[in-house]
Amino acid sequence: MNAGPQRQNMRQSARPDHRLIAELVEPGSRLLDIGCGDGALLELLAREKNVDGRGIEISQEGVNASVRRGLSVIQGDAETDLADYPDAAFDYVVLSQTLPAIRDPKGVLLELRRIGRSAIVSIPNFGHWRNRLHLLTRGRMPAALGSGELWYETPMIRPCTIKDFVMLCRELDIGIERRTQVDSRGRVRRFTGTGRFANLFGEQAVFLLSAERR
Amino acid sequence: MTAMPKSQVAAEHAQTGLSVELGRETPLQLDCGVSLGPFTLAYQTYGTLNEERSNAVLLCHALTGDQFVVGPHPVTGKPGWWELMVGPGKTFDTDRYFVICSNTLGGCMGTSGPKEINPTTGRPWGLDFPVITIRDMVKAQAMLLDHLGIEQLFCVSGGSMGGMQALQWVASYPERCFTAVPIACAAKHSAQNIALNEVGRQAIMADPEWREGRYQELGRNPVGGLAVARMAAHITYLSESALHRKFGRALQDRSNVTYGFDADFQVESYLRYQGQSFVERFDANSYLYITRAIDYFDLAADYDGVLANAFRGVDTRFCVISFTSDWLYPTSENRAIVRALAAAAANVSFVEVVSDKGHDAFLLDEPDMFETLRGFLSGAATKRGLSSP
Repeated sequence: MNAGPQRQNMRQSARPDHRLIAELVEPGSRLLDIGCGDGALLELLAREKNVDGRGIEISQEGVNASVRRGLSVIQGDAETDLADYPDAAFDYVVLSQTLPAIRDPKGVLLELRRIGRSAIVSIPNFGHWRNRLHLLTRGRMPAALGSGELWYETPMIRPCTIKDFVMLCRELDIGIERRTQVDSRGRVRRFTGTGRFANLFGEQAVFLLSAERR
Repeated sequence: MTAMPKSQVAAEHAQTGLSVELGRETPLQLDCGVSLGPFTLAYQTYGTLNEERSNAVLLCHALTGDQFVVGPHPVTGKPGWWELMVGPGKTFDTDRYFVICSNTLGGCMGTSGPKEINPTTGRPWGLDFPVITIRDMVKAQAMLLDHLGIEQLFCVSGGSMGGMQALQWVASYPERCFTAVPIACAAKHSAQNIALNEVGRQAIMADPEWREGRYQELGRNPVGGLAVARMAAHITYLSESALHRKFGRALQDRSNVTYGFDADFQVESYLRYQGQSFVERFDANSYLYITRAIDYFDLAADYDGVLANAFRGVDTRFCVISFTSDWLYPTSENRAIVRALAAAAANVSFVEVVSDKGHDAFLLDEPDMFETLRGFLSGAATKRGLSSP
């Protein structure tokens, strides 16, 4: 959730993930973007999908930038403030590139399911072959998750792989309706199961989670 | 300051502002059970109401503010309290919006209050004026809007007590508020807030010139007590760091302390000046009535103790603003409002502006506040179909 300039830069380069999210969203729906940064995704969704969007962002700069764009964004922390929202308050709750920065991912995923009819989660895939090779050959933590930050700098305190995420959803009994990966060339592919291929070649993954229990 | 004859008051207002008599046929039903009417509401407007009557902005002033949002102030000659915020090309752009501000019920700039003449006795109201609430103030403003033919406000906003009124506006008349911008306020007055107000009231009432509130008739004025009340309150509007930055321990026009009780320190001199200039434009009884109204404010209490219930099903778009160094209405109180709005699934933006200027920051040059609010308003104006200036 520490949306410093680094993450905002990362999000600007992460247009494919915004595009993918936009494709998943029904026009005119109510949506909450958790960790919305400077509001780029909310603005895209408002413009192209006529979405009634809200955002939560922890950084002052991100909130100010968002509100200046005319977006409804509050300063807050996903780990404490989601409890304020009533059940099924939104058609979609979006967690875009934020999950690895969260201390209690389980708790937040359960909150997503409670307050949204559907949830959309995008993650950077730590299982990408380049990360694996980096760790294998150099024996050091790869700083290749888009930000270039070293292990002691990155807000990504809980990096996970595509497979890790799928397994967590299974454990929490959260159904995944659609899973998509984006490779280093920006090519988009759907996958099934734990995505053996996706987990090697996907730089990012976008999941559409259903509110219904599996 | 002696009592001003009624005719002179009326003449002054004819020169310096607008006023209207309201509640002649249907009196204002006050929370205390009294029907007030007819009563006078003094107000100012800036900009032009559009043909659709959709660009009206109601600004609600704080405890010691008045309807003169933009100066020069008719009594002090100084700029208005939100001169930085309101005007052509400013955040509340008077080329785009029609800005209204009325002197609050119980005030002392022409609206009915303890200083004005009680029509049934022909003497100043004094403590015979009924005790009023924030909701009563808002009801009176709603009657002014009816008089002006404005069905829905584009925005209702204010800081401090003005923010409380903005919250009450949405709770009482949700369909009349397209947007609401409560700034540096709270949904209830805390024990500390009440305690601080009580110090001010006791300072006034301890002044022998107060004469059980009948000072006007007797040609007296408890300026000493009122000045002390203002001095104590003024400290709560600042922050420790702002006081330190402005004054530190610097001495006033001397190189050593004088071993006496003169204003040795600059901060003392500053506070004395604040107190003295305040009594030239404010009425002691008004101070009692308005602080009481603020103390009584507890929006959730009217909704089974659940603040979110005040905002259920409301379509109003909110922008809540707080300041990091405001300890009178701190961010936690503003965030409680935001939480309640979230729980009601209302449309809300919230920013905490970093400032060391304390509660008074909402009146001062805070570019983050201006820019955030400008963005919020222009986004909402587009949705409301207001044309750009």
